[in-house]
Amino acid sequence: MSTVSNTTEPVDFFTKDKGGRSVARSFGNKVLNVICVGLAFLTLIPLLSIIYLLFHKGLPLLTWSVFTELPPAAGQIGGGFGNAILGTLLMVGIALVIATPFGILSAIYINEYAPASRLSNAVRFVAKLLTGIPSIICGVFAYAVIVLTTGGFSAWAGGFALAILILPTILLTAEQALIGVPKAYREASYGLGGTNFQTIWRIVLPDSLPAMMTGIMLAVARAAGETAPLIFTALFSQFWINSLKEPTASLSVLIYNFSTLPFDHQINMAWTASLVLVLLVTAANISAQVVFRKK
Amino acid sequence: MTPTLPQPRADFLKVQDFNFYYGKKQALFNVNMEIPERQVTAFIGPSGCGKSTLLRNFNRMNELIDGVRHEGQILLNGRSIYDKKIEVIALRRSIGMVFQKSNPFPKSIYENIVYSMRIAGINGKSVLDETVERSLKGAALWDEVKDRLNESALGLSGGQMQRLCIARAIANRPEVLLMDEPCSALDPIATAKVEDLIHTLKKEFTIVIVTHNMQQATRCSDRTAFFYLGKLIEFDDTQKIFSNPSQKQTEDYITGRFG
Repeated sequence: MSTVSNTTEPVDFFTKDKGGRSVARSFGNKVLNVICVGLAFLTLIPLLSIIYLLFHKGLPLLTWSVFTELPPAAGQIGGGFGNAILGTLLMVGIALVIATPFGILSAIYINEYAPASRLSNAVRFVAKLLTGIPSIICGVFAYAVIVLTTGGFSAWAGGFALAILILPTILLTAEQALIGVPKAYREASYGLGGTNFQTIWRIVLPDSLPAMMTGIMLAVARAAGETAPLIFTALFSQFWINSLKEPTASLSVLIYNFSTLPFDHQINMAWTASLVLVLLVTAANISAQVVFRKK
Repeated sequence: MTPTLPQPRADFLKVQDFNFYYGKKQALFNVNMEIPERQVTAFIGPSGCGKSTLLRNFNRMNELIDGVRHEGQILLNGRSIYDKKIEVIALRRSIGMVFQKSNPFPKSIYENIVYSMRIAGINGKSVLDETVERSLKGAALWDEVKDRLNESALGLSGGQMQRLCIARAIANRPEVLLMDEPCSALDPIATAKVEDLIHTLKKEFTIVIVTHNMQQATRCSDRTAFFYLGKLIEFDDTQKIFSNPSQKQTEDYITGRFG
Protein backbone atom coordinates (compact mmCIF):
# COMPACT_ATOMS: atom_id res chain seq x y z
CA MET A 1 0.00 0.00 0.00
CA SER A 2 1.65 3.21 -1.09
CA THR A 3 0.85 6.58 0.41
CA VAL A 4 0.51 9.71 -1.65
CA SER A 5 2.96 12.22 -0.29
CA ASN A 6 4.55 15.46 -1.37
CA THR A 7 7.93 14.62 0.09
CA THR A 8 10.23 11.86 -1.06
CA GLU A 9 10.82 10.55 2.44
CA PRO A 10 8.17 8.87 4.70
CA VAL A 11 6.38 11.42 6.92
CA ASP A 12 6.69 10.83 10.64
CA PHE A 13 3.08 11.25 11.81
CA PHE A 14 3.93 11.39 15.46
CA THR A 15 6.13 14.41 15.67
CA LYS A 16 5.65 16.33 12.45
CA ASP A 17 2.68 18.32 11.20
CA LYS A 18 1.47 18.55 7.60
CA GLY A 19 4.15 20.98 6.58
CA GLY A 20 6.86 18.66 7.80
CA ARG A 21 7.67 20.88 10.79
CA SER A 22 8.25 19.34 14.18
CA VAL A 23 5.09 19.85 16.27
CA ALA A 24 6.48 19.50 19.76
CA ARG A 25 9.46 21.66 19.13
CA SER A 26 7.72 24.54 17.40
CA PHE A 27 8.88 27.92 18.56
CA GLY A 28 5.62 29.06 20.13
CA ASN A 29 5.39 25.85 22.10
CA LYS A 30 8.89 26.29 23.46
CA VAL A 31 8.32 29.89 24.49
CA LEU A 32 5.13 28.99 26.36
CA ASN A 33 6.89 26.16 28.17
CA VAL A 34 9.68 28.44 29.28
CA ILE A 35 7.26 31.09 30.50
CA CYS A 36 5.22 28.61 32.52
CA VAL A 37 8.19 26.93 34.15
CA GLY A 38 9.83 30.27 34.81
CA LEU A 39 6.77 31.73 36.50
CA ALA A 40 6.39 28.61 38.63
CA PHE A 41 9.92 29.05 39.90
CA LEU A 42 9.38 32.76 40.46
CA THR A 43 6.40 32.10 42.72
CA LEU A 44 8.58 29.86 44.85
CA ILE A 45 11.11 32.60 45.47
CA PRO A 46 9.15 34.74 47.97
CA LEU A 47 7.89 31.62 49.73
CA LEU A 48 11.34 30.10 50.08
CA SER A 49 12.93 33.37 51.12
CA ILE A 50 10.36 33.82 53.89
CA ILE A 51 11.07 30.33 55.16
CA TYR A 52 14.82 30.93 54.92
CA LEU A 53 14.56 34.22 56.80
CA LEU A 54 12.40 32.70 59.52
CA PHE A 55 14.87 29.91 60.17
CA HIS A 56 17.92 32.11 59.83
CA LYS A 57 16.70 34.74 62.27
CA GLY A 58 14.52 32.65 64.51
CA LEU A 59 16.54 29.50 65.07
CA PRO A 60 19.30 30.99 67.27
CA LEU A 61 16.94 31.70 70.17
CA LEU A 62 14.79 28.58 69.78
CA THR A 63 15.38 26.73 73.03
CA TRP A 64 13.14 24.89 75.45
CA SER A 65 12.91 28.01 77.59
CA VAL A 66 10.78 29.51 74.86
CA PHE A 67 8.04 27.14 75.88
CA THR A 68 8.49 27.33 79.61
CA GLU A 69 9.30 30.91 80.46
CA LEU A 70 7.47 34.20 80.47
CA PRO A 71 8.21 37.18 78.19
CA PRO A 72 11.18 39.32 79.24
CA ALA A 73 10.48 42.86 80.28
CA ALA A 74 11.81 45.73 78.19
CA GLY A 75 15.55 45.77 78.41
CA GLN A 76 15.82 42.30 79.94
CA ILE A 77 17.30 39.31 78.17
CA GLY A 78 16.42 35.62 78.46
CA GLY A 79 12.84 34.53 79.02
CA GLY A 80 10.48 32.90 76.57
CA PHE A 81 6.86 33.09 75.46
CA GLY A 82 5.23 29.96 76.79
CA ASN A 83 2.14 31.90 77.82
CA ALA A 84 1.76 33.30 74.32
CA ILE A 85 1.94 29.83 72.77
CA LEU A 86 -0.66 28.61 75.21
CA GLY A 87 -2.82 31.64 74.60
CA THR A 88 -2.78 31.15 70.84
CA LEU A 89 -3.62 27.47 71.21
CA LEU A 90 -6.48 28.25 73.59
CA MET A 91 -8.03 31.04 71.56
CA VAL A 92 -7.75 29.22 68.24
CA GLY A 93 -9.28 26.26 70.04
CA ILE A 94 -12.18 28.37 71.28
CA ALA A 95 -12.66 29.78 67.79
CA LEU A 96 -12.79 26.26 66.33
CA VAL A 97 -15.24 25.03 68.95
CA ILE A 98 -17.58 27.92 68.13
CA ALA A 99 -17.18 28.16 64.37
CA THR A 100 -16.89 24.51 63.31
CA PRO A 101 -20.35 23.29 64.35
CA PHE A 102 -22.02 26.38 62.92
CA GLY A 103 -20.04 26.15 59.71
CA ILE A 104 -20.47 22.44 59.06
CA LEU A 105 -24.14 22.26 60.05
CA SER A 106 -24.95 25.31 57.92
CA ALA A 107 -23.09 23.76 55.00
CA ILE A 108 -25.12 20.59 55.46
CA TYR A 109 -28.31 22.62 55.37
CA ILE A 110 -27.47 24.62 52.27
CA ASN A 111 -26.18 21.62 50.34
CA GLU A 112 -28.24 18.65 51.49
CA TYR A 113 -31.57 19.93 52.75
CA ALA A 114 -32.50 22.99 50.71
CA PRO A 115 -29.85 23.78 48.10
CA ALA A 116 -32.02 26.05 45.97
CA SER A 117 -33.93 27.87 48.67
CA ARG A 118 -33.72 31.62 49.22
CA LEU A 119 -32.23 31.10 52.65
CA SER A 120 -29.43 28.96 51.23
CA ASN A 121 -28.69 31.47 48.51
CA ALA A 122 -28.62 34.26 51.05
CA VAL A 123 -26.28 32.32 53.33
CA ARG A 124 -23.88 31.61 50.47
CA PHE A 125 -23.87 35.22 49.37
CA VAL A 126 -23.25 36.59 52.85
CA ALA A 127 -20.55 34.01 53.58
CA LYS A 128 -18.69 34.94 50.43
CA LEU A 129 -18.90 38.62 51.39
CA LEU A 130 -17.65 37.92 54.88
CA THR A 131 -14.58 36.01 53.72
CA GLY A 132 -13.21 39.40 52.70
CA ILE A 133 -14.00 41.09 55.98
CA PRO A 134 -11.03 43.02 57.41
CA SER A 135 -9.97 41.19 60.53
CA ILE A 136 -10.00 44.37 62.55
CA ILE A 137 -13.75 44.55 62.08
CA CYS A 138 -14.04 41.14 63.76
CA GLY A 139 -12.06 42.53 66.64
CA VAL A 140 -14.17 45.65 66.98
CA PHE A 141 -17.38 43.61 66.76
CA ALA A 142 -16.20 41.21 69.45
CA TYR A 143 -15.20 44.22 71.53
CA ALA A 144 -18.73 45.56 71.39
CA VAL A 145 -20.44 42.23 71.96
CA ILE A 146 -18.23 40.63 74.60
CA VAL A 147 -15.74 43.08 76.08
CA LEU A 148 -18.18 45.91 76.68
CA THR A 149 -20.89 43.65 78.05
CA THR A 150 -18.62 41.62 80.31
CA GLY A 151 -16.57 44.59 81.33
CA GLY A 152 -13.11 43.27 80.49
CA PHE A 153 -10.70 41.81 78.01
CA SER A 154 -10.62 38.03 77.94
CA ALA A 155 -9.59 34.94 76.05
CA TRP A 156 -13.28 34.30 75.39
CA ALA A 157 -13.55 37.60 73.54
CA GLY A 158 -10.40 36.78 71.56
CA GLY A 159 -11.70 33.35 70.66
CA PHE A 160 -15.05 34.84 69.67
CA ALA A 161 -13.40 37.39 67.37
CA LEU A 162 -11.39 34.65 65.69
CA ALA A 163 -14.51 32.51 65.36
CA ILE A 164 -16.26 35.24 63.37
CA LEU A 165 -13.16 35.54 61.24
CA ILE A 166 -13.01 31.86 60.30
CA LEU A 167 -16.71 30.97 60.15
CA PRO A 168 -17.23 31.99 56.48
CA THR A 169 -14.16 30.03 55.39
CA ILE A 170 -15.23 26.90 57.24
CA LEU A 171 -18.78 27.13 55.89
CA LEU A 172 -17.76 27.57 52.28
CA THR A 173 -15.05 24.91 52.26
CA ALA A 174 -17.39 22.50 54.06
CA GLU A 175 -19.97 23.14 51.36
CA GLN A 176 -17.38 22.35 48.69
CA ALA A 177 -16.42 19.19 50.55
CA LEU A 178 -20.05 18.07 50.56
CA ILE A 179 -20.44 18.89 46.88
CA GLY A 180 -17.43 16.68 46.23
CA VAL A 181 -19.26 13.59 47.49
CA PRO A 182 -20.67 11.77 44.43
CA LYS A 183 -24.44 11.97 43.99
CA ALA A 184 -24.44 8.22 43.34
CA TYR A 185 -23.68 7.52 46.99
CA ARG A 186 -26.68 9.53 48.15
CA GLU A 187 -28.93 7.87 45.56
CA ALA A 188 -27.84 4.43 46.71
CA SER A 189 -28.62 5.34 50.30
CA TYR A 190 -32.05 6.77 49.52
CA GLY A 191 -32.79 3.74 47.33
CA LEU A 192 -32.13 1.50 50.32
CA GLY A 193 -34.59 3.47 52.40
CA GLY A 194 -32.21 5.81 54.20
CA THR A 195 -33.51 9.02 55.72
CA ASN A 196 -31.88 12.37 55.06
CA PHE A 197 -30.12 12.23 58.40
CA GLN A 198 -28.85 8.67 57.96
CA THR A 199 -27.58 9.43 54.48
CA ILE A 200 -25.71 12.50 55.68
CA TRP A 201 -24.40 11.01 58.90
CA ARG A 202 -23.36 7.59 57.59
CA ILE A 203 -22.34 8.27 54.01
CA VAL A 204 -21.88 11.92 53.07
CA LEU A 205 -20.08 13.31 56.11
CA PRO A 206 -17.49 10.50 56.45
CA ASP A 207 -16.65 10.75 52.77
CA SER A 208 -16.29 14.54 52.90
CA LEU A 209 -14.13 14.59 56.04
CA PRO A 210 -10.66 14.88 54.41
CA ALA A 211 -11.77 17.83 52.32
CA MET A 212 -13.44 19.44 55.33
CA MET A 213 -10.24 19.09 57.30
CA THR A 214 -8.40 21.04 54.61
CA GLY A 215 -10.85 23.87 55.03
CA ILE A 216 -10.57 23.80 58.79
CA MET A 217 -6.77 23.82 58.61
CA LEU A 218 -6.89 26.87 56.34
CA ALA A 219 -9.05 28.53 58.96
CA VAL A 220 -6.66 27.52 61.75
CA ALA A 221 -3.70 28.97 59.92
CA ARG A 222 -5.48 32.25 59.42
CA ALA A 223 -6.78 32.46 62.97
CA ALA A 224 -3.43 31.69 64.52
CA GLY A 225 -1.71 34.50 62.67
CA GLU A 226 -4.15 37.38 63.06
CA THR A 227 -3.25 40.24 65.37
CA ALA A 228 -5.95 42.88 64.84
CA PRO A 229 -8.87 40.88 66.24
CA LEU A 230 -6.93 40.10 69.39
CA ILE A 231 -5.75 43.63 70.16
CA PHE A 232 -9.28 44.71 71.00
CA THR A 233 -10.36 41.59 72.75
CA ALA A 234 -7.65 39.58 74.45
CA LEU A 235 -5.10 42.35 74.70
CA PHE A 236 -1.92 40.86 76.12
CA SER A 237 -0.53 39.49 79.33
CA GLN A 238 2.94 39.04 80.76
CA PHE A 239 1.86 36.16 82.91
CA TRP A 240 0.63 32.61 82.74
CA ILE A 241 -3.07 32.13 82.14
CA ASN A 242 -5.19 31.77 85.26
CA SER A 243 -8.59 31.91 83.68
CA LEU A 244 -10.14 32.49 80.30
CA LYS A 245 -11.80 35.65 81.60
CA GLU A 246 -8.54 37.58 81.74
CA PRO A 247 -6.48 39.36 79.11
CA THR A 248 -4.47 36.65 77.40
CA ALA A 249 -1.14 36.59 75.60
CA SER A 250 -0.93 35.34 72.04
CA LEU A 251 1.88 34.73 69.60
CA SER A 252 0.61 37.23 67.05
CA VAL A 253 0.28 40.08 69.55
CA LEU A 254 3.65 39.19 71.07
CA ILE A 255 5.32 39.41 67.69
CA TYR A 256 3.60 42.74 67.10
CA ASN A 257 4.66 44.12 70.48
CA PHE A 258 8.24 42.88 70.46
CA SER A 259 9.07 43.84 66.91
CA THR A 260 8.40 47.50 67.64
CA LEU A 261 10.63 47.66 70.73
CA PRO A 262 14.11 49.20 70.39
CA PHE A 263 15.83 46.23 71.98
CA ASP A 264 17.73 43.67 69.93
CA HIS A 265 16.86 40.77 72.20
CA GLN A 266 13.14 41.42 71.96
CA ILE A 267 13.35 41.74 68.22
CA ASN A 268 15.14 38.42 67.98
CA MET A 269 12.48 36.94 70.23
CA ALA A 270 9.87 38.17 67.77
CA TRP A 271 11.62 36.28 64.97
CA THR A 272 11.70 33.15 67.06
CA ALA A 273 8.03 33.56 67.89
CA SER A 274 7.27 33.88 64.17
CA LEU A 275 9.16 30.69 63.51
CA VAL A 276 7.31 28.88 66.28
CA LEU A 277 3.97 30.10 64.92
CA VAL A 278 4.72 28.80 61.43
CA LEU A 279 5.96 25.47 62.80
CA LEU A 280 2.87 25.04 64.98
CA VAL A 281 0.50 25.69 62.08
CA THR A 282 2.46 23.32 59.85
CA ALA A 283 2.39 20.63 62.51
CA ALA A 284 -1.37 21.01 62.91
CA ASN A 285 -1.80 20.82 59.16
CA ILE A 286 0.29 17.66 58.78
CA SER A 287 -1.37 15.84 61.66
CA ALA A 288 -4.82 16.70 60.34
CA GLN A 289 -3.89 15.38 56.90
CA VAL A 290 -2.52 12.19 58.40
CA VAL A 291 -5.43 11.53 60.73
CA PHE A 292 -8.16 12.33 58.22
CA ARG A 293 -6.68 10.99 55.00
CA LYS A 294 -8.93 8.98 52.67
CA LYS A 295 -8.40 5.31 53.36
CA MET B 1 -45.64 -29.46 57.00
CA THR B 2 -44.00 -26.61 55.07
CA PRO B 3 -46.41 -23.80 54.33
CA THR B 4 -47.04 -23.31 50.62
CA LEU B 5 -46.50 -19.89 49.12
CA PRO B 6 -49.70 -18.12 48.20
CA GLN B 7 -50.50 -18.05 44.52
CA PRO B 8 -48.46 -15.34 42.78
CA ARG B 9 -50.57 -12.31 41.95
CA ALA B 10 -50.85 -11.27 38.35
CA ASP B 11 -51.19 -7.64 39.43
CA PHE B 12 -48.51 -7.49 42.10
CA LEU B 13 -47.41 -4.10 40.79
CA LYS B 14 -50.32 -2.31 39.23
CA VAL B 15 -50.10 0.98 37.36
CA GLN B 16 -53.41 2.78 36.83
CA ASP B 17 -53.98 5.76 34.53
CA PHE B 18 -50.57 7.02 35.42
CA ASN B 19 -49.33 10.39 34.15
CA PHE B 20 -46.01 11.88 35.19
CA TYR B 21 -44.60 15.38 34.75
CA TYR B 22 -41.12 16.85 35.14
CA GLY B 23 -42.24 20.43 35.76
CA LYS B 24 -44.19 21.37 32.63
CA LYS B 25 -42.92 18.50 30.54
CA GLN B 26 -45.06 15.36 30.54
CA ALA B 27 -42.98 12.21 30.55
CA LEU B 28 -45.59 9.47 30.93
CA PHE B 29 -49.02 9.39 29.31
CA ASN B 30 -51.84 7.32 30.74
CA VAL B 31 -49.88 4.18 31.52
CA ASN B 32 -51.86 1.13 32.56
CA MET B 33 -50.16 -2.15 33.32
CA GLU B 34 -50.12 -5.10 35.72
CA ILE B 35 -46.79 -6.63 36.57
CA PRO B 36 -46.97 -10.23 37.77
CA GLU B 37 -45.37 -11.50 40.95
CA ARG B 38 -42.16 -13.51 40.88
CA GLN B 39 -41.58 -13.07 37.20
CA VAL B 40 -39.18 -10.91 35.24
CA THR B 41 -40.75 -8.01 33.39
CA ALA B 42 -38.61 -6.08 30.93
CA PHE B 43 -39.16 -2.45 29.88
CA ILE B 44 -37.75 -1.74 26.44
CA GLY B 45 -37.86 1.28 24.18
CA PRO B 46 -35.66 3.99 22.68
CA SER B 47 -33.86 6.57 24.82
CA GLY B 48 -36.19 9.03 26.47
CA CYS B 49 -39.31 6.89 26.13
CA GLY B 50 -40.06 6.94 29.84
CA LYS B 51 -39.08 3.42 30.88
CA SER B 52 -36.58 4.54 33.52
CA THR B 53 -38.97 7.25 34.67
CA LEU B 54 -41.70 4.71 35.33
CA LEU B 55 -39.26 2.37 37.04
CA ARG B 56 -38.07 5.07 39.40
CA ASN B 57 -41.64 5.88 40.32
CA PHE B 58 -42.17 2.42 41.76
CA ASN B 59 -40.01 3.30 44.75
CA ARG B 60 -40.77 7.02 44.54
CA MET B 61 -37.15 7.89 43.81
CA ASN B 62 -38.31 10.57 41.39
CA GLU B 63 -39.51 12.57 44.36
CA LEU B 64 -35.88 13.46 45.04
CA ILE B 65 -36.10 15.72 42.00
CA ASP B 66 -37.70 19.14 42.37
CA GLY B 67 -40.86 20.04 40.50
CA VAL B 68 -42.18 16.59 39.65
CA ARG B 69 -45.81 15.58 39.88
CA HIS B 70 -47.97 12.64 38.99
CA GLU B 71 -51.57 11.71 38.36
CA GLY B 72 -53.02 8.25 38.71
CA GLN B 73 -52.13 5.34 40.91
CA ILE B 74 -49.47 2.76 41.52
CA LEU B 75 -50.40 -0.18 43.73
CA LEU B 76 -48.01 -2.63 45.31
CA ASN B 77 -49.74 -5.80 46.42
CA GLY B 78 -53.04 -3.99 46.44
CA ARG B 79 -51.90 -0.95 48.41
CA SER B 80 -51.30 2.45 46.89
CA ILE B 81 -47.67 3.49 47.22
CA TYR B 82 -48.85 7.09 47.54
CA ASP B 83 -51.06 6.29 50.51
CA LYS B 84 -50.60 9.03 53.10
CA LYS B 85 -50.14 6.39 55.77
CA ILE B 86 -47.14 4.86 54.05
CA GLU B 87 -43.72 6.34 54.77
CA VAL B 88 -41.55 6.67 51.72
CA ILE B 89 -38.68 5.23 53.73
CA ALA B 90 -40.62 2.06 54.48
CA LEU B 91 -41.64 1.74 50.84
CA ARG B 92 -38.06 2.08 49.65
CA ARG B 93 -36.92 -0.53 52.13
CA SER B 94 -39.34 -3.03 50.69
CA ILE B 95 -38.22 -2.31 47.14
CA GLY B 96 -34.65 -2.93 46.05
CA MET B 97 -33.01 -0.90 43.30
CA VAL B 98 -29.93 -1.55 41.20
CA PHE B 99 -28.65 1.42 39.20
CA GLN B 100 -27.09 1.61 35.78
CA LYS B 101 -23.68 2.56 37.07
CA SER B 102 -22.80 0.50 40.12
CA ASN B 103 -22.55 2.72 43.18
CA PRO B 104 -21.17 0.86 46.16
CA PHE B 105 -20.46 2.99 49.21
CA PRO B 106 -16.81 3.82 49.95
CA LYS B 107 -16.91 1.29 52.77
CA SER B 108 -16.03 -2.38 53.19
CA ILE B 109 -17.96 -5.08 51.34
CA TYR B 110 -19.49 -6.19 54.64
CA GLU B 111 -20.65 -2.69 55.56
CA ASN B 112 -22.13 -2.15 52.12
CA ILE B 113 -24.41 -5.15 52.47
CA VAL B 114 -25.49 -4.54 56.03
CA TYR B 115 -26.17 -0.83 55.43
CA SER B 116 -29.89 -1.42 54.89
CA MET B 117 -30.05 -3.41 58.12
CA ARG B 118 -28.17 -0.85 60.16
CA ILE B 119 -30.42 1.98 59.06
CA ALA B 120 -33.35 -0.16 60.11
CA GLY B 121 -31.79 -0.44 63.56
CA ILE B 122 -30.58 -4.02 63.27
CA ASN B 123 -27.05 -4.31 64.56
CA GLY B 124 -26.72 -7.80 66.02
CA LYS B 125 -23.56 -9.40 64.70
CA SER B 126 -24.98 -12.86 64.04
CA VAL B 127 -27.94 -11.46 62.11
CA LEU B 128 -25.66 -9.27 60.04
CA ASP B 129 -23.20 -12.08 59.36
CA GLU B 130 -26.01 -14.33 58.21
CA THR B 131 -27.40 -11.55 55.99
CA VAL B 132 -24.04 -10.96 54.36
CA GLU B 133 -23.55 -14.62 53.56
CA ARG B 134 -27.10 -15.08 52.28
CA SER B 135 -27.02 -11.94 50.13
CA LEU B 136 -23.59 -12.59 48.64
CA LYS B 137 -24.54 -16.17 47.86
CA GLY B 138 -27.78 -14.92 46.35
CA ALA B 139 -25.77 -12.58 44.14
CA ALA B 140 -23.28 -15.29 43.16
CA LEU B 141 -20.44 -13.32 44.73
CA TRP B 142 -19.80 -15.19 47.99
CA ASP B 143 -16.98 -17.46 46.79
CA GLU B 144 -15.10 -14.57 45.24
CA VAL B 145 -15.14 -12.24 48.22
CA LYS B 146 -15.72 -14.36 51.33
CA ASP B 147 -12.11 -13.92 52.43
CA ARG B 148 -12.03 -10.18 52.02
CA LEU B 149 -15.30 -8.94 53.43
CA ASN B 150 -13.54 -6.17 55.31
CA GLU B 151 -11.76 -4.78 52.29
CA SER B 152 -13.05 -1.74 50.47
CA ALA B 153 -15.83 -2.37 47.99
CA LEU B 154 -14.18 0.05 45.61
CA GLY B 155 -11.40 -2.47 44.97
CA LEU B 156 -13.72 -4.86 43.14
CA SER B 157 -13.98 -5.20 39.39
CA GLY B 158 -16.91 -3.64 37.53
CA GLY B 159 -18.89 -6.86 37.31
CA GLN B 160 -18.23 -7.68 40.96
CA MET B 161 -19.31 -4.21 42.02
CA GLN B 162 -22.61 -4.56 40.23
CA ARG B 163 -23.20 -7.97 41.81
CA LEU B 164 -22.37 -6.39 45.15
CA CYS B 165 -25.03 -3.77 44.48
CA ILE B 166 -27.47 -6.56 43.72
CA ALA B 167 -26.51 -8.30 46.96
CA ARG B 168 -26.99 -5.02 48.80
CA ALA B 169 -30.40 -4.54 47.21
CA ILE B 170 -31.65 -7.98 48.22
CA ALA B 171 -30.18 -7.94 51.73
CA ASN B 172 -33.34 -6.74 53.38
CA ARG B 173 -35.49 -9.18 51.40
CA PRO B 174 -37.46 -6.66 49.36
CA GLU B 175 -40.73 -7.51 47.65
CA VAL B 176 -39.65 -6.14 44.31
CA LEU B 177 -36.26 -5.74 42.66
CA LEU B 178 -35.92 -2.86 40.21
CA MET B 179 -32.98 -2.93 37.83
CA ASP B 180 -32.20 0.08 35.65
CA GLU B 181 -30.00 -1.13 32.77
CA PRO B 182 -27.84 -3.12 35.23
CA CYS B 183 -25.54 -4.58 32.58
CA SER B 184 -24.96 -1.58 30.34
CA ALA B 185 -21.57 -0.86 31.92
CA LEU B 186 -20.44 -4.50 32.05
CA ASP B 187 -18.49 -6.73 29.70
CA PRO B 188 -20.21 -9.77 28.13
CA ILE B 189 -18.94 -12.27 30.69
CA ALA B 190 -20.06 -10.17 33.65
CA THR B 191 -23.35 -9.55 31.84
CA ALA B 192 -23.89 -13.28 31.45
CA LYS B 193 -23.27 -13.79 35.17
CA VAL B 194 -25.81 -11.12 36.09
CA GLU B 195 -28.36 -12.60 33.68
CA ASP B 196 -27.91 -16.04 35.24
CA LEU B 197 -28.44 -14.37 38.56
CA ILE B 198 -31.71 -12.87 37.40
CA HIS B 199 -32.97 -16.33 36.51
CA THR B 200 -32.22 -17.53 40.01
CA LEU B 201 -33.53 -14.43 41.78
CA LYS B 202 -36.93 -14.51 40.13
CA LYS B 203 -37.85 -17.56 42.17
CA GLU B 204 -37.89 -15.30 45.20
CA PHE B 205 -38.36 -11.74 43.92
CA THR B 206 -40.50 -9.88 41.46
CA ILE B 207 -38.08 -8.28 39.05
CA VAL B 208 -38.55 -5.33 36.71
CA ILE B 209 -35.61 -4.64 34.44
CA VAL B 210 -35.09 -1.71 32.09
CA THR B 211 -32.85 -2.62 29.21
CA HIS B 212 -31.61 -1.23 25.93
CA ASN B 213 -30.49 -4.65 24.89
CA MET B 214 -33.26 -6.56 23.22
CA GLN B 215 -31.38 -9.82 23.26
CA GLN B 216 -31.14 -9.43 27.00
CA ALA B 217 -34.88 -8.90 27.23
CA THR B 218 -35.40 -12.06 25.20
CA ARG B 219 -33.00 -14.05 27.35
CA CYS B 220 -34.09 -12.85 30.76
CA SER B 221 -37.69 -11.79 30.86
CA ASP B 222 -41.07 -13.49 30.97
CA ARG B 223 -43.08 -10.42 29.99
CA THR B 224 -41.95 -7.37 28.04
CA ALA B 225 -43.36 -3.85 27.85
CA PHE B 226 -42.49 -1.59 24.92
CA PHE B 227 -42.57 2.14 25.59
CA TYR B 228 -42.36 4.95 23.07
CA LEU B 229 -42.47 8.70 23.78
CA GLY B 230 -43.95 8.19 27.22
CA LYS B 231 -46.71 5.82 26.18
CA LEU B 232 -47.00 2.12 26.77
CA ILE B 233 -47.38 0.73 23.27
CA GLU B 234 -47.50 -3.00 23.94
CA PHE B 235 -47.20 -5.27 26.94
CA ASP B 236 -47.23 -9.02 26.48
CA ASP B 237 -45.36 -12.28 26.93
CA THR B 238 -41.78 -11.84 25.77
CA GLN B 239 -42.12 -14.65 23.26
CA LYS B 240 -45.02 -12.93 21.59
CA ILE B 241 -43.54 -9.43 21.57
CA PHE B 242 -40.41 -10.55 19.81
CA SER B 243 -41.91 -13.03 17.38
CA ASN B 244 -45.33 -11.65 16.59
CA PRO B 245 -45.95 -8.15 17.95
CA SER B 246 -49.43 -6.71 17.48
CA GLN B 247 -48.38 -3.07 17.09
CA LYS B 248 -46.47 -1.82 14.10
CA GLN B 249 -44.35 0.51 16.26
CA THR B 250 -43.21 -2.46 18.31
CA GLU B 251 -42.28 -4.35 15.22
CA ASP B 252 -40.38 -1.37 13.82
CA TYR B 253 -38.42 -1.03 17.04
CA ILE B 254 -37.45 -4.65 17.49
CA THR B 255 -36.39 -5.01 13.90
CA GLY B 256 -34.22 -1.95 14.27
CA ARG B 257 -36.06 0.36 11.94
CA PHE B 258 -35.77 3.13 14.51
CA GLY B 259 -34.42 3.78 18.02
